[in-house]
Amino acid sequence: MGSKPYSPQEMMVAVASREIRDGDLVFVGMRLPILAYAVARNSHAPSARGLFEVGLMRDQPAETFLGTMGDPPNVVGALWATRMSNAMALMAQGQVDLGFIGGAEVDRFGNLNTSYIGPPGRPQVKLPGSGGGADIAILSRRWVTLMNHERRRLVERVSFVTSPGHGDGTPGWRKRNGLLGGGPVAIITTLCVLRFPELGGEAYLASVHPGHTVDDVRRETGWDLNVADDVSETSAPTEAELAAIRKFDPEGFWTVTKE
Amino acid sequence: MAQAVERFVPDGCSVAMGVALEPLIPFAAGHEMIRQGRRDLELIGPISDALFDQLIGAGCVRRITAAWVGNVSEGLGHCYRRACEQGIPRPIEVHDHSNFSISLALWAAAWSVPSLPARTLLGSGILHTNPGLHAGDGLVQVDAVRPDVAVVHVQRADALGRAHAWGPLGIAEEAGLAADRIVITCEDLVDPSVTLSDPNRILFPETKVAAVVHEPGGAHPSPVQGHFKRDHAFYRDYAKRSRAVEGYHAWLDEWVVQVPDRAAYMSRLDVDALRVKRSRPSVPVDYGDG
Repeated sequence: MGSKPYSPQEMMVAVASREIRDGDLVFVGMRLPILAYAVARNSHAPSARGLFEVGLMRDQPAETFLGTMGDPPNVVGALWATRMSNAMALMAQGQVDLGFIGGAEVDRFGNLNTSYIGPPGRPQVKLPGSGGGADIAILSRRWVTLMNHERRRLVERVSFVTSPGHGDGTPGWRKRNGLLGGGPVAIITTLCVLRFPELGGEAYLASVHPGHTVDDVRRETGWDLNVADDVSETSAPTEAELAAIRKFDPEGFWTVTKE
Repeated sequence: MAQAVERFVPDGCSVAMGVALEPLIPFAAGHEMIRQGRRDLELIGPISDALFDQLIGAGCVRRITAAWVGNVSEGLGHCYRRACEQGIPRPIEVHDHSNFSISLALWAAAWSVPSLPARTLLGSGILHTNPGLHAGDGLVQVDAVRPDVAVVHVQRADALGRAHAWGPLGIAEEAGLAADRIVITCEDLVDPSVTLSDPNRILFPETKVAAVVHEPGGAHPSPVQGHFKRDHAFYRDYAKRSRAVEGYHAWLDEWVVQVPDRAAYMSRLDVDALRVKRSRPSVPVDYGDG
């Protein structure tokens, strides 16, 4: 971590937690979003609820570290332990306000690839697959993705669309194609926050994390990036946010940069 | 276990495993399939946390029908990558799903209908890589997936096939109902008076259950609610060692091939450190006397 008081992952978690509104039902997912949910719940979103596709609903975050959403501490004190199809039912009804999805590649329209780099018949890289990602992308009311900011990850067009964002970027693409949810609202990276216009379309640079510049972001982005007129500096993680992150990831399993 | 796998999981069959997602993964059953040199299996599941990767690396698998194959806390599945990218140790076919669509595919089989409509996967490339998904009229038709056998690990079961599982259930119920037969592996083998005291908690109809195997620790390194924590370090070690094919085979030798059975496997672990220590029983329900 060098001399910095927080890691890039901690920055991402803090920003992600601010996307959670009080009262939201959040399809939480894995890794950093689990921490983001815990941070939000302990600060500005005390009445948010979390839904996990393994078949769980909770209010209070689990008391100890989670390696996966199915770890025993996530079940203790749950509001509902059930089957996956019941969690999916709530999402299909439009009751999930916010979802988080991770990915290997994202493009300027927010489409995510977690399946294949190169042709599916003989890929250069076989990625693990959708999991619940495509379901969240299509059915949750809005969603956010978190990613390391690298030129090979933020690409002009993804080679395979696992989880559709705003499709070909034309206004109303999702509605025309029958996708129920509103699509991606933000891409949170290790360098910045990209956002999308309300009706979909192309991502633009909304804020740059402290210590980085617009040029840094441009250099690491695989398309000619639009920059908001009022582009700002992302607020650094607060003491309270950092304390919450370190409480739920005491050994830095998710939030300390690894080799 | 050896007998159950020999009789009910033959070469070429389709097997649903890991159907509760991260918890209750029947690793002991999967390892027995590897030891018996099973070939040409179709593995069916939602996400698979390391078990499918291990079977793929051992050359047991011809097709994956699943939403995700990797290592949940560590990321990529290295054997899955090698098989898809380089055909090592053999090429495999992949029928991609999402978690929602594999659940629906199993419900379709459970209800004996050719397909079920869904509002998921519209706009996803998965529609083009899986021949069992068809888009039309703003819906996706998800074709039924009918496993020959579902192998499910639970906390307790009786010898007649009544299984009690608790914690999140993932797609366990639809996988069991869709399958031709079910093999149960359990932490505790209990008297029928225990399972029948709470029939709401019985996971499957006993008519579907072909075998019950008493296999304590049979889900390690996955968690078992009320019994075992997830062994994160074990998953990390597997991810590291399986990165290269030689490392994978050394791992497989150490933990599967040279291990006669689950009891021997468990004796190599610090089992006490993995046990859940504090008891938190639920309040019993009262069914009355009729």
